[in-house]
Amino acid sequence: MAKSIKLRAKAKDGVATVKALISHPMETGLRKDKKSGKPIPAEFIQEVVCESGGKTVLNAQWGSAISKNPFLSFKFNGAKSGDSIKISWVDNKGNSDSIDSKIK
Amino acid sequence: MNHNRRTLLKGSLAAGAVGAAVSAGLLTPKAVMAAWAKDAFEAKEVDAAMTGAMGSADATASDKIKLKAPDIAENGAVVPITVTSSIDGTTTMSILVAKNNTPLTSTYELGPNTEAYISTRVKMGKTSDVIAVVKAGGKLYSTKKEVKVTIGGCGG
Repeated sequence: MAKSIKLRAKAKDGVATVKALISHPMETGLRKDKKSGKPIPAEFIQEVVCESGGKTVLNAQWGSAISKNPFLSFKFNGAKSGDSIKISWVDNKGNSDSIDSKIK
Repeated sequence: MNHNRRTLLKGSLAAGAVGAAVSAGLLTPKAVMAAWAKDAFEAKEVDAAMTGAMGSADATASDKIKLKAPDIAENGAVVPITVTSSIDGTTTMSILVAKNNTPLTSTYELGPNTEAYISTRVKMGKTSDVIAVVKAGGKLYSTKKEVKVTIGGCGG
């Protein structure tokens, strides 16, 4: 599950705008396979955590109603260009991924 | 001996009542809140989902929360939602879709420096109210907007 996250963070006047795009199927568990008629098992991200400079900036809990290949954007204060930023996710099957980057 | 039997019965009855209250979402222990809020995400009613996610279903309508969503979503599988709150001390934000099978889509806990701004994309089964709930200073505020869906995004 490497490189599932695309991350962009830009700082302007001390406010960082973070945009993240995660490639993930986000199956609800309600859909059925059209050929076999069997339900497709649920597979969705449950938790997304963003840290910057060692502090947790955002802790998101997601249900299965978040769209496929989820997009998330948020802002935080007190950021400057060059600060470290990390985003990680965990899904209901225990898969996870994270990315380390720097604020531009 | 009889006396002992009575106390044992009483004890197990009391424990049973607490267990039932926890599973009904009436009592939410801290340990459960820290982990993924399973009850809240699996709740089928808006009130139950809000109680599980935010601790209460009693929210005051507020125009200080801006909920940006399309009036008509052609594809219910991808509905862009942006929530901005200008209420001081906003700590938690939730996005719910009233008529989805499980209304709670997501909950966001904001860090001390994080602005009350979240933008994401959600699935909608059919035309429904989208509800944004914000917790600030221990109180709940909400705002909602109807989004018309032409093609559903849940199930196939």
